[in-house]
Amino acid sequence: MKLLRIKAIAQKELIQIRRDPLSLAMAFLMPVLLLLIFGYAITLDVNNLTTIVYDLDKSSLSRELISELTASGYFSVVRSADSGKDIDHYLDSGKARVALSIPSDFSKNIRTGKTAQLQVIVDGSDSNTATIALGYLSALTEIYAQRIGGGRITPLIEPRMRVWYNTELKSRNYIIPGLIAVIMAVIAALLTSLTVAREWERGTMEQLISTPVKTPELILGKLIPYFLIGFIDMVLSVVMATFLFGVPLRGNIFLLAMISSVFLFGGLSLGIVISITTKSQLVASQISMVVTFLPAFLLSGFMFAISNMPKPLQIITRIIPARYFVAVLKGTFLKGNPLRILVVDAVFLLIFGLVVFAIANRKFKKKIV
Amino acid sequence: MHKSIERIKQMVVKEFIQIFRDKRMKAIIFVIPVIQTMVFGYAVTTDVNNIPTAVYDLDRSYESRELVRRLEASGYFSIRNYVSSPSEMQDLLDRGKVTMALQINRDFAEDLKRRTPTSLQILVDGTDSNTATVAMDYANRVILKYAKDVAGKTARLPVNVDLRARAWYNPELRSKNFNVPGVIATVIMLTSLLLTSMAVVREREIGTMEQLMVTPLKPLELILGKTIPFALIAFFDMALITSIGVLKFDIPIRGSIFLLPVSTAIYLLSVLGTGLFISTLARTQQQAMMAAFFFFMPALLLSGFVFPIENMPVAFQYLTFVNPLRYFLVIIRGLFLKGNGMVILWPQMAALFVLGIVVLALSSLRFRKRLG
Repeated sequence: MKLLRIKAIAQKELIQIRRDPLSLAMAFLMPVLLLLIFGYAITLDVNNLTTIVYDLDKSSLSRELISELTASGYFSVVRSADSGKDIDHYLDSGKARVALSIPSDFSKNIRTGKTAQLQVIVDGSDSNTATIALGYLSALTEIYAQRIGGGRITPLIEPRMRVWYNTELKSRNYIIPGLIAVIMAVIAALLTSLTVAREWERGTMEQLISTPVKTPELILGKLIPYFLIGFIDMVLSVVMATFLFGVPLRGNIFLLAMISSVFLFGGLSLGIVISITTKSQLVASQISMVVTFLPAFLLSGFMFAISNMPKPLQIITRIIPARYFVAVLKGTFLKGNPLRILVVDAVFLLIFGLVVFAIANRKFKKKIV
Repeated sequence: MHKSIERIKQMVVKEFIQIFRDKRMKAIIFVIPVIQTMVFGYAVTTDVNNIPTAVYDLDRSYESRELVRRLEASGYFSIRNYVSSPSEMQDLLDRGKVTMALQINRDFAEDLKRRTPTSLQILVDGTDSNTATVAMDYANRVILKYAKDVAGKTARLPVNVDLRARAWYNPELRSKNFNVPGVIATVIMLTSLLLTSMAVVREREIGTMEQLMVTPLKPLELILGKTIPFALIAFFDMALITSIGVLKFDIPIRGSIFLLPVSTAIYLLSVLGTGLFISTLARTQQQAMMAAFFFFMPALLLSGFVFPIENMPVAFQYLTFVNPLRYFLVIIRGLFLKGNGMVILWPQMAALFVLGIVVLALSSLRFRKRLG
């Protein structure tokens, strides 16, 4: 292996990248855009649930219940229904997600010490929001019952809950570190999966083949410039996460940089393998979707907890590098994990990178077929 | 007119030959929707259950075991470890092996027998804020229920409100019912965007566009010839995902099945229009691929596919009005789960149609300009 030849290939690649400022701009803007959307626009926290109330009781007690719900911030009443038909219409058309109907004997039952009933209908199509809404509702009615009942009876067991790592339970803190892994995986796939296929399609591969450059030199030379872009993206993402979004970075930043480099090396090498084996940009783009983007997005535990998945899928997630990187990022940002804990993930990422790089070298034939 | 149709037909045939010349493409076009449907059907569940839990039982009594048994029997918690020191709890949480750790103090059973209030320590890994919230809620309910059962009727509250909750459209609150119909919308968008834009740019990149231009093919015919194959693939994907959803995952179709292809066709106007637009911007397939992603990711995130639109800041909510995915998701979920018909869905259909026509017209204009 000659350093000079690697440098020459890297330079050629850099020139090509420079000639394509649109792609380069998108490579830097993509993480920024995604972080902005996740940081500002998206939240898993549920509040302001559109609610329609059908109050047949129209008493001070029923009004108090309604204001208990609205004051919590979780529910916002969009309409007081005049009939049951209203409820059907509002739920069917999605104008309300929750319908609360208070029967006419509600306050009478409370005053006479009987059990007062409440009817609640939630739009179950979004099962996640529905579950959370039901949880809020039962908690709020409990509080309401205790308040108007005059003080609460201390339950026999008091669960004392403490939340670690993300004390305020902000979904932003949970999503953004994992998102960085997804961004890196996508960028790695977008950048390298076309790079060799392009040379074949345009016919410039023949020129490269006729040069004395050897396979590992060619692959390394192609990797280096994209590695630099990926690493800049990484730094950009971490800076935005900590300074713009205030996600706590509790772990060691040098350790993070090291493990990120290992992950990038593996991700970029995987892109090269795809590119080498397909030789067509269209096919390469589709395969890199299946192999990189979808697993990184869906099976990495970035948003959807792996422990919730069925067993066979949990086993599949073990061969997905993004899964380990997500664990490293969440561990470093929120938990301040030291190397002792991260070492298993790091070692896997290293093995993955080396194996994929070896495959790239084996698969690439410096031959015109 | 007849000749024009003939030319478009030839173009479509050529396009299909080109797409499927690579044997792997056939597999890919089949595999992408199947994988996504499977993953969303099986894996992507925001239902919280089997929360990995560690128990640090200092009491080792019948009562403490009963409480743990009830937590496990609820189905929400799966007890992974019994630990014997606080540092072990800490370590399991640090490593992410468990999400919740429950500590039962020594005098737990004693207190319960004497009816004196007692407490439990619960540590929750808040990293995943969503799971943590739900986990705390579930734990609370199970524990309070247990406390009530132990206390017996004596502890009846002076005021009792009984909340009778029902979930419509998806009574068992299965997240696959919500997700799988959505996959139709996302798969169509991702595949059509990538394929349309890359297929056009490819002709330009390898220099075959000139050959096409010297044929009697008119620009509009060229556009149709380039987009029809991908529209057909999109319809195939739609049918495939619907079949898997219905047959494998028991997703109900409560509305008229006839509206499904109709709304897909309307949706395709915007999607193919956007693909065409990207092809006029990009000079290389690399650019086309990146631009397709640049559009797809925000469209996916700001559509209500996973994250409800009402939770977004108002400015972003307005932005979603130009997102075709947003309308199609409402239509398709309404069709599958709510049994909505045209009476309720027409505003969405109309908006999607107008958006589609505008996008398609603009990009066709730009496309013709670039040809000339």
